[in-house]
Amino acid sequence: MLKKRPTIRDHSAEANLFARRAFVGFVFVTLLVAVLLSNLYTIQVDDHQDYQTRSNDNRIKVIPIAPNRGLIYDRNGVLLAENKPVYNLEVIPEDVDDLDASLAALTQFIDISEQQKNDFLDDIKNNRRFKSQVLKARLNEEEVAKFSVNQHKYPGFSIEARLARYYPFGDTLTHALGYVAKLNKKELSKLISEDQGTNYRATHDIGKLGIEKYYERLLHGQVGSQRVEVNNRGRIIRTLSMTAPEPGHDLVLTLDIGLQQIAQHTLKDMRGAVVVMDAKDGGILALYSNPSYDPNLFVHGISSKNYKALLNPDRPLINRTTQGRYAPASTVKPHMAILALEEGLVTEHTKMWDPGFFQIPNVEHKWRDWKRWGHGHVDVYKAIEESCDTYFYDAAYRLGITKISDFMAQFGFGDLTGIDIHEETTAILPSKEWKEGRFKESWWRGDTISVGIGQGYWTATPIQIANATNILVNKGEHRPPHLVQVAKQEDQVTPIINEEKPPVILKDAKHWQIALDAMHNTVHKTTGTAHKAFKGVNYDPAGKTGTAQLVSIAQGERYDADAIKERHRDNAIYIGFAPYNDPQIVVSIVVENTGGGSSVGAPIARQLMDYYFSANPVNLLSNTGQQ
Amino acid sequence: MKLNDKRSIWDKLHLDLPLLLALIAMMVASLTIVYSASGQDMAMMVRHATRMAGAIIGMFILAQFSPATLKRLVIPLYCLGLLMLVGVLLFGVSSKGAQRWLDLGITRFQPSELMKIAVPMMVAWYIGRNHLPPRALHLVVGFTIVMLPTLLIKEQPDLGTSILIASSGVFVLFLSGLSWRLIGFLTALVALAAWPFWHYGMHAYQKQRVLTLFNPESDPLGSGYHIIQSKIAIGSGGIEGKGWLQGTQSQLEFLPERHTDFIFSVLSEEFGLFGVCLLLCMYLFIIGRGLYIAVNAQDAFGKLLAGALTLTFFVYIFVNIGMVSGLLPVVGVPLPLISYGGTSMVTLMAGFGIIMSIATDKRMLLK
Repeated sequence: MLKKRPTIRDHSAEANLFARRAFVGFVFVTLLVAVLLSNLYTIQVDDHQDYQTRSNDNRIKVIPIAPNRGLIYDRNGVLLAENKPVYNLEVIPEDVDDLDASLAALTQFIDISEQQKNDFLDDIKNNRRFKSQVLKARLNEEEVAKFSVNQHKYPGFSIEARLARYYPFGDTLTHALGYVAKLNKKELSKLISEDQGTNYRATHDIGKLGIEKYYERLLHGQVGSQRVEVNNRGRIIRTLSMTAPEPGHDLVLTLDIGLQQIAQHTLKDMRGAVVVMDAKDGGILALYSNPSYDPNLFVHGISSKNYKALLNPDRPLINRTTQGRYAPASTVKPHMAILALEEGLVTEHTKMWDPGFFQIPNVEHKWRDWKRWGHGHVDVYKAIEESCDTYFYDAAYRLGITKISDFMAQFGFGDLTGIDIHEETTAILPSKEWKEGRFKESWWRGDTISVGIGQGYWTATPIQIANATNILVNKGEHRPPHLVQVAKQEDQVTPIINEEKPPVILKDAKHWQIALDAMHNTVHKTTGTAHKAFKGVNYDPAGKTGTAQLVSIAQGERYDADAIKERHRDNAIYIGFAPYNDPQIVVSIVVENTGGGSSVGAPIARQLMDYYFSANPVNLLSNTGQQ
Repeated sequence: MKLNDKRSIWDKLHLDLPLLLALIAMMVASLTIVYSASGQDMAMMVRHATRMAGAIIGMFILAQFSPATLKRLVIPLYCLGLLMLVGVLLFGVSSKGAQRWLDLGITRFQPSELMKIAVPMMVAWYIGRNHLPPRALHLVVGFTIVMLPTLLIKEQPDLGTSILIASSGVFVLFLSGLSWRLIGFLTALVALAAWPFWHYGMHAYQKQRVLTLFNPESDPLGSGYHIIQSKIAIGSGGIEGKGWLQGTQSQLEFLPERHTDFIFSVLSEEFGLFGVCLLLCMYLFIIGRGLYIAVNAQDAFGKLLAGALTLTFFVYIFVNIGMVSGLLPVVGVPLPLISYGGTSMVTLMAGFGIIMSIATDKRMLLK
């Protein structure tokens, strides 16, 4: 349908129409700008706080900084555990041009195992490409030098230093110091449950044994942190603020590294334990268990081959000083004598006839003395000096187990000494209750007899023996053994306070002197069992030998039938102190399967004392004057 | 009576002074923000400034063509554009999953940019030849002129540009006096067509963008990341902004495409709502000035073309800001005159060159 249309254009009508439309257009534009603005207002004003927070969450990261672990010194300030830089070869993948070629070229002069290479390749796959990954840990000096010369050829590869624990004395101190090693998941969850999770955020290692474990809290220190600004790939742009970590406490031990080395030296390849104690305060001067092992092996993760080598029948992993359970044998005779005196069974002058054996009335069994033909007439002094067994069989028989076990418990037998390492066992102080609990059997009279000479069911650790001896030489005063003297942080020195234990109080304090005099005679009389070993010393020692007729140490969960025969010989034991009048040190020595407390134990004690008194000479005149 | 006496120096140069000043102000703003958004990359600044200079020269040259000359060029330009679009689909160069460029040996050329000018020109010329408002037949032809290149560009695929080109043509029809009834009818039709378009007409990545728009948090590390980071940038800017070069979202690269499509977020973060309002005022001034020139244009071609180019300029603004602030899907439209990128700058300034030609042409004829 055709409509008649004007042939001449009405320009003003068209202009008006256009102007109206343009106006409508501008109104639309304004409306839409208002929509945009109101939306932007909501985002920038109403929700500003929320977006501000999210913006900060984007860019600010808090990075924990590990504190430096406290150092450990011996009593003379010799460094025993330090933090040494180790050099790791690290790679930032995104900076490397050709990884395969670089790795191939590097292996020409740095030994990189397939295992290391594969671990490294896994690490880069699972991490951001700008993050540094360890290719090889602990480069030796030669490798560091070789790489440094060629570093320019390997963009993205670098040597990074990190602090790692190092024990300069190696196996000499392992059982006392312990070691640190990589923090594992179990330990981490325990730390988290103790509210220490944050404190360990940046920490790699934790004390696993010995002092390192016992004093973990003090040694570790307080984590620091760094607030950093990162970009969208997590790369650190700058540090906003930093809280410095608080380094751990340094520990000063009571140990004397020289004495410790003598202990190691004298034991040579014999299995055994040496404890040297400061008689004045219970501080441990030497604590050595042989065989030992290098704790540094554990710091960076021990290889399974090295670890298997430590699982040998000599059991180097056991701390014999605190975990070795040995019959204390004749070393408890002085204590036993005091008990007999206290109970009025004997007096200082009572003599008995020793035919070479003991018999319970109406019982046929003979408990033999080590001297088959007997010691003849024996008083309490001679009984200790010559280590007469019959005298103490008789005493024990007449005392009964309950009195013995109650009395010996006061000297710390059958209980932890409380030494500041966790690796300690109570060993066994037998009693009626103990036997019923352990064997569901009642105590026989006969069981008591060998307890009289520190055998039978009775076992003790070398540290317990040392502690019991120290109580004896201090006439009942209990000075519990400990390894750490003070903790230091910068200039602040905190003494480590030890648990106090009650003294042993006798009805007649004179009885102490009888036992101590007898121990003095043991060394000085020609008939004394330790006389030979201490000939010609320039200090005044006292002691007591012991020879335990035992198969082996009692920790034998892995009892090897073949090994028993080889290890059937007696254990040598020795306790000693010096100077006699004013005891400064106490030693306790156990040597396995060598027999002869006087032939093996006493000479070791002498070497230790010789060293100690050459470094700390005593005025013999003043000592004698005191008496 | 001398003809030239009444003409200012700007008229002689065929430049509209208020518009020119506004454009230069925008470019200064652009340089400021790009400097920050590029991470103070001087090489980029030099390139950007060079392109701006080129764009201004291009604008100046186009302003010297009178509307009459432009009318003569309409058909060849449009046909050349169409041919090249077909060429792109057949022999184009691909980049980032889209085939948008023709390789001319020395340089790459994006024919869709030419069509941003050629389409409104062609429609304005065709509709302007006849009486206003246009008859049904003219409308159908006009629509066809618009839809041909639009569909070709959508095939590349380049949804952003095809929307811009379609709107530039539709604006001509709207300004020519398309009846409101028809507008209502067509709007309803578009709404109905949206459903099949959603299912058959869109690429997966385009759908994803739309879906993400409505719930960006659903995929914070994937396609929602852009929008979330952009909104964090805008929102954390607050009223006063974090200060120039102090925007953490942009400086630390949490913001994607920060110197191109997401440059508005950089501005919002560093200059806050104040900066945003200032920018929008500038845009409103440019749009107002463009429409003023259009209303005062000498003939229908000039009116329709200047009006359509101006309104299309606003589409850029709306789509870009809507996109970065989470109102619209991410369609890849730069913020006009501010974003880094030569092509868009040159095309826009060419458009303003034409608007200036229309503005000064009118004054020449007035005596």
